[in-house]
Amino acid sequence: MKAAVIVFPGSNCDRDVAVALAASLGAPPLMVWHRETQLPPVDLVVVPGGFSYGDYLRCGAMAARSPIMREIVDRVPKGLRVLGICNGFQILTESGLLPGALMRNRDLRFICRDVHLRVENADSDFCRHWQSGDVVRMPIAHAEGNYFTDEDTVARLFDGGQVAFRYSHADGTVDDKSNPNGAISNIAGITNPERTVLGLMPHPERLAEDALGGTDGRHLFESLVESLR
Amino acid sequence: MSEAITPEIVAAHGLKPDEYQLVLKILGRVPNITELGIFSVMWSEHCSYKSSKRWLKTLPTTAPWVICGPGENAGIVDIGDNQAVVFKMESHNHPSYIEPYQGAATGVGGILRDVFTMGARPIANMNALRFGSPDHPKTRHLVAGVVSGIGGYGNCVGVPTVGGETNFHASYNGNILVNAMTVGLVDQDKIFYSAAAGVGNSIVYVGSKTGRDGIHGATMASAEFDEKSEEKRPTVQVGDPFTEKLLIEACLELMATDAIVAIQDMGAAGLTSSSFEMASKGGLGVELNLDMVPIREEGMSAYDIMLSESQERMLMVIHPGKEDLARSVFEKWELDFAIIGTLTDTGRMVLTRHGQVQADLPIDPLAQASPEYDRPWTEPVKRPVVGASEIPDIDPIHSLKTLMSCPDLASRRWIWEQYDHMVMGDTIQRPGGDAAVVRVHGTGKSIAITTDVTPRYCLADPREGGRQAVAEAYRNLSAVGAVPLAVTDNLNFGNPEKPEIMGQIVASVQGMGQACRELDFPVVSGNVSLYNETQGTAILPTPTIGAVGLLAAGAPMATLAFKGAGNAIVLLGETKGWLGASLYLREICNREDGAPPPVALHRERRAGELVRQLIGDELVAACHDVSDGGLLVAVSEMALSGNVGATLDQPHVTHLAAWCFGEDQGRYVLEVRQDALAAVLEEAVEHDVSARVIGQTGGASIAVGTASITLSELGALHEGWLPAYMG
Repeated sequence: MKAAVIVFPGSNCDRDVAVALAASLGAPPLMVWHRETQLPPVDLVVVPGGFSYGDYLRCGAMAARSPIMREIVDRVPKGLRVLGICNGFQILTESGLLPGALMRNRDLRFICRDVHLRVENADSDFCRHWQSGDVVRMPIAHAEGNYFTDEDTVARLFDGGQVAFRYSHADGTVDDKSNPNGAISNIAGITNPERTVLGLMPHPERLAEDALGGTDGRHLFESLVESLR
Repeated sequence: MSEAITPEIVAAHGLKPDEYQLVLKILGRVPNITELGIFSVMWSEHCSYKSSKRWLKTLPTTAPWVICGPGENAGIVDIGDNQAVVFKMESHNHPSYIEPYQGAATGVGGILRDVFTMGARPIANMNALRFGSPDHPKTRHLVAGVVSGIGGYGNCVGVPTVGGETNFHASYNGNILVNAMTVGLVDQDKIFYSAAAGVGNSIVYVGSKTGRDGIHGATMASAEFDEKSEEKRPTVQVGDPFTEKLLIEACLELMATDAIVAIQDMGAAGLTSSSFEMASKGGLGVELNLDMVPIREEGMSAYDIMLSESQERMLMVIHPGKEDLARSVFEKWELDFAIIGTLTDTGRMVLTRHGQVQADLPIDPLAQASPEYDRPWTEPVKRPVVGASEIPDIDPIHSLKTLMSCPDLASRRWIWEQYDHMVMGDTIQRPGGDAAVVRVHGTGKSIAITTDVTPRYCLADPREGGRQAVAEAYRNLSAVGAVPLAVTDNLNFGNPEKPEIMGQIVASVQGMGQACRELDFPVVSGNVSLYNETQGTAILPTPTIGAVGLLAAGAPMATLAFKGAGNAIVLLGETKGWLGASLYLREICNREDGAPPPVALHRERRAGELVRQLIGDELVAACHDVSDGGLLVAVSEMALSGNVGATLDQPHVTHLAAWCFGEDQGRYVLEVRQDALAAVLEEAVEHDVSARVIGQTGGASIAVGTASITLSELGALHEGWLPAYMG
């Protein structure tokens, strides 16, 4: 598997995800500057977290219009896998690869802490290492993670198995108390209908080694490496 | 430039009449308004340290591992393998009171620039915050603004904010303190300094455009507040962390080449201070064409451009022929890049605007011959020692509940969850412990970081308080297993023109210096913030210490959370039950009197060495220093953090509260597995440190003898106060 991490002005989790990917891949991913118009031949593109363009205008809105994103959007129908984390998720919704939008957190504050997630659908190249219903722990760090879309789309997401992760308690219960940001139906991560594009607010790269306090996030990268080998 | 310089204009610039006489003597003529403005910011307390310099010189600043001490943008300490850490703490107190979000945000931005100016990639931010009484009408607004400002800036630039401290006291009602610290990592052969070199070399301006924001910020930071201070809001700068992030990446990219001769950020007093410092350190002159400076708005005069404190700007001297390389890097990152002048051999600063000379000043007299005062000071009056027998002995569980939920001890989770403390992927000890720990990326080494000071001790006895601040920093680093390396100090005091305030400054610095010497803990950088007074009332003396320590590759690290049931709880150090100036006295008995606990530096050193050895030998399951609130608070923090209870044996003492809540110094609580206990006690004897088993871990309560409280009840109190207060 070959992977690339896109770097926008203001990305700040590009190195972190490259480190986590390299640990699972055995080789560092390519780092691709946002002004590139050609995507190298890769199987996976990661759109990393951070504050692309300072979150000015609207989170992810400017990055979604960069030259490299046009290339990525073109390559998705041809089978490219795309992983958007945090600001990357926002960029994927802004670029139309995923439905919905990420709004300000319910309490209007930035939140950085570990949360529990229930794996809602493990049947994708991103989640193969888990079983549906597994509970995993990953950190969130965002001010705009409050996922929203209309009720019909929510129903379609659930019916189509596009909801990958939901904010839950440690025992897997999903309720309002386990919802850190007000996201509709506690949605933390979704895929496109083909399940080749995943966007999620939590940061799997931040709990991908024991020294950081846990390895749950590592399974996401291992899943990709195994699937795309 | 026809404006006549009247005594009123001189006074409005914060220059004293005798200082103005010195201006006239240096120039041999009357300055114009631009020149007067430059003198005023260069000689402000904030930039010149004119009241504190004499005493700062007495601090120990050298050690074999110190690469760069005070005088540069930040201090630098060797951590082996050709690597070094660069760090400093700086205040942004006055702006943060007037406009808390932007004041705090730009405080973070400024200290980040001090560190990456030297070639270091920032790897961690810390902060030490002091707010007024929680029931003061402005406090909630200030807490909310400062915390979101620190987060807003640090989160966006992608440097983790890994810890700090927050206190509340009525003395800060009109003068909050925002002290921000940055730690960076640099290769020793890639350190950049600010001394200009090479007559004829280009002077380059990069970063954001210059606007009218922040004009006279340094002068504002050198005056007392009065009821009109809020009218100074326009002198607070506005931060742009996105530009700062680009500036970090662009500077580090260019620093990897050999294009830069010297580099300096534009902080307080902006272009004035940066250009004077670079020229003065290099013994050169400067010609600047201010028409070339990228400006944000029309009609800016030479005065406006030189005194602006617009953020996210840097000044560099570039090697001949490297201008195009430098320009291409900054254009890639979409930042302004302008050649605004050249270095000369005249020793003078010559500024032109619209083809006319606007200022022509000798550099060294301004930069180096600023006034230095030996201000009169009085020795602080010693307070009487308050014996425990004079203090009520109240039920310990009742007191514990009050203390664990009081503003100064309640959980700060509400604050640090608004800071991204994990970005960069190397935070291995998150906020809430004795010290934060971040890995040195790609190595097995780690850096421990802490900020400490106990202002109520400093008020009670500034000399003891200064010693205690350093000793507590030493203890917090030792408690995670790190070898303490060096210190940055951020001295926050009232008006130094009052002899009793000057006495606080002198005594605190003497106490700090003594502790730093005895603990081999040199001061490598610092900052002074004076005139923290509102309508004549000064803040508690607050000499904040920021400190870093090193965990060698593979060295075990300790945390404070209890790990399991059935382990021994061991108290290191001596307990006399010192309640003077304690939180127990203040929160339970409503008294703020008494002498603070004395610090025995030789014992601090021995206990620190013992603790580090025990952690290194993996004999300790958990470790926590005993500080505010005393022993029972320390044990409770360990229990809540690990969700493992503790039972303490009923001590044979006459005053139970003094044993539980006395703030005797030089103590640690250890959790020790039974099979390691004999070895721990033996090592303690070897190191001549008092050690005894005071109880054991387990259960779901904190118990002292027969009295107890469940962890869930205590945890709810501890976690509840701040979120409830902030609403």
